[in-house]
Amino acid sequence: MKNSDRKLDQAKFRQVSRRQVLKLTPVLALGAFAVPKWQAGLLKKGLGFSDWASARLFRPGHLATTFDNADLTPPPKFPINGYDVDDPGVDLENWTLTVRGAVQKPGEYKLAQVQSLPRIRQNTRHVCVEGWDVIGRFGGARLSAFLQMVGADPTARFITVNCADDYYESLDMATALHPQTLLCYEMYEQPLTREHGAPLRLQIPTKIGYKQAKYLTELKVMHVLDRVGYWEDQGYSWFYGM
Amino acid sequence: MSGNVIEVIQTKGKEDDEPVVTGRAVYEHPFLVRLCHWVNTVALFVMVGSGLQIFRAFPSFGAKIPQKDLLHWPKTFAIGGWLGGALQWHLTFMWIYIATGVLYLGYQLFSGNYRQVLFAPRDVPGVWPMVKHYFFFGPKPAVREAYNPLQKHAYTTAIILGVLSVLTGFAVWKPIQFSWLAWMMGGFHYARIWHFAVMWAILFFVLGHLVMVILHGWNNFLSMLTGWKKDPEY
Repeated sequence: MKNSDRKLDQAKFRQVSRRQVLKLTPVLALGAFAVPKWQAGLLKKGLGFSDWASARLFRPGHLATTFDNADLTPPPKFPINGYDVDDPGVDLENWTLTVRGAVQKPGEYKLAQVQSLPRIRQNTRHVCVEGWDVIGRFGGARLSAFLQMVGADPTARFITVNCADDYYESLDMATALHPQTLLCYEMYEQPLTREHGAPLRLQIPTKIGYKQAKYLTELKVMHVLDRVGYWEDQGYSWFYGM
Repeated sequence: MSGNVIEVIQTKGKEDDEPVVTGRAVYEHPFLVRLCHWVNTVALFVMVGSGLQIFRAFPSFGAKIPQKDLLHWPKTFAIGGWLGGALQWHLTFMWIYIATGVLYLGYQLFSGNYRQVLFAPRDVPGVWPMVKHYFFFGPKPAVREAYNPLQKHAYTTAIILGVLSVLTGFAVWKPIQFSWLAWMMGGFHYARIWHFAVMWAILFFVLGHLVMVILHGWNNFLSMLTGWKKDPEY
């Protein structure tokens, strides 16, 4: 703006005003989100950026809040979200966890082997993407300890899991190695019930609920992601760290 | 730039004649203020719309079992279509909203232009006369500057609410990585309530703002597009 132009005729003033409005045209770039052809791609990039920022904000040593037993949500009030079937028909007697991928000792692992690792019990908040939250008492082995037991390649970037109900999920290695990430086989000091994912589920207080897969049947240590996750494939965030 | 004045003239007859001043215009709103205003008009619209769709997924602040819904917000007045879609909008536009807010605050601070809109102690005496005029048919106080004390109060509050919408949003988004922030709000469960409440406070401000914009006429509205306020009362 020139200070010297103190007197302008109507036409010049209109021109000045018009130019000022035209300077605002970058705002119209937001209109790209309204174009059907571009919308999905733009939103995917936006979500991807959010995931990237989430991964940068994750601190491997920072712990999720733990709570006193008095703060626990009573078991009957701990919701059960299903995915496909109510009862995926897990044969608890013969169940094994198939371990594959970048590990020195692949193969079938029995629950007793997971339970032979030091048992961690923690009272943590479980947050559902829907918006509700509860505080549960979870028990299991540290996933990091299990990965050590199977000789997992520490440079691998991902863990993927498959489940008895055909649910599937994946985890970044930093979160997998977090001290509060558990291969969980207990809730409220009892073995997991069928509804809560017996015999084994992921329990990850630093992640949103849907990443904490139930009814685990297979665990793979991967350098590249082959399958991402059921809800991610529907359009939800992959990293979703809390 | 504020206080930059133009006299709009009309030249009549021969070149030798003195030009007649037909009006004045004051440059009230610098480019970055206008840019941020309109970008965040869109961004806020998307954040509220998608936020309400997210809320619809669990429209309660109590327990899940048993679930008692607080409010049934219609899907037609929400953005995203479903929780997954709404989260995509919300987690995309939050960055636009925040970046624009930071740009606006940074510009206002470093240019000194904040003085035009920031509510200060000397503005306190002027608030009640303005309230009386707007709501209780009181006399119109003299117009001395671009924003009257009540406006400064409203806009300063709105900026604070904007900042709170981001802080409460961060606490809901990452209650563990921003655990100190979540703690200040009473934890994740309460942060979600605060985030919702701040949204309604912002919507209340927007309603009042729109009413005032309509009441104060075309020239006033135009100033947020061109920057120039034609024939101001001061």
